[in-house]
Amino acid sequence: MFENEMKLEFPSKSQNEAFARVVVAAFASQLDPTIEELSDVKTAVSEAVTNAIIHGYENTQGTIVLKCKIEGRKLTVEVIDYGKGIEDIELARQPLYTSRPELERSGMGFTVMETFMDTLEVESEPGKGTRVIMTKEFKSV
Amino acid sequence: MMQLVFDKKDDVLIVKMIGELDHHSAEEVRIKLDNKIDETGLNKIIFDFAGVNFMDSSGIGVVIGRYKKVKEFNGKVALINLKPHVKKVFELGGLFKIIKEYDSLQKALVEF
Repeated sequence: MFENEMKLEFPSKSQNEAFARVVVAAFASQLDPTIEELSDVKTAVSEAVTNAIIHGYENTQGTIVLKCKIEGRKLTVEVIDYGKGIEDIELARQPLYTSRPELERSGMGFTVMETFMDTLEVESEPGKGTRVIMTKEFKSV
Repeated sequence: MMQLVFDKKDDVLIVKMIGELDHHSAEEVRIKLDNKIDETGLNKIIFDFAGVNFMDSSGIGVVIGRYKKVKEFNGKVALINLKPHVKKVFELGGLFKIIKEYDSLQKALVEF
């Protein structure tokens, strides 16, 4: 089985939302994804990194770790922050829920990740940080 | 990064959105749009998404936010030229329950 992996660290600046999703798309391109598969992955990564910036670090400076792994035709993406953490993961994952209604956010971040990827796992500890793990199996071409 | 091109047809403000719409670009887009709405006093807006190659859920907030703003003055919002990916994100957010999408600017202007 073909395997590959990468790890990247960057500061929690909103400019890096675009950087992160383009990096993951470039890494995933070795799986010959369709345009739709690539758009799905880019959107999910964008949501996870945005969450880390807005909610994890609440727009303060912190480090975001991005890990990607390819096993066969499966891509695993991990987005890790060492910020505030999530008190109630179940509530945070609900569609339309947002902890910051003043920001004009739609509350759809986790729903997008869930819908556009095959699996989504969220691990979090208040005061320690959050780890989002997503996987997607790319169809054979 | 996102570029906005404004146009006016009768009492309708047409906004061409060009670039990638995410949390980073949304901040600026929001300010530019609100300034334009305040400056022109127009309350009907057509968003042209032909130039939007990437959008995450931040786009839902931007469109709904403007919809709420003009709705106070009996305004309306419509969307045109959505790429499949952009449409998928809006669909997930339930946007089409309150905001209509049209195939072309002409259609939107007639039916809007």
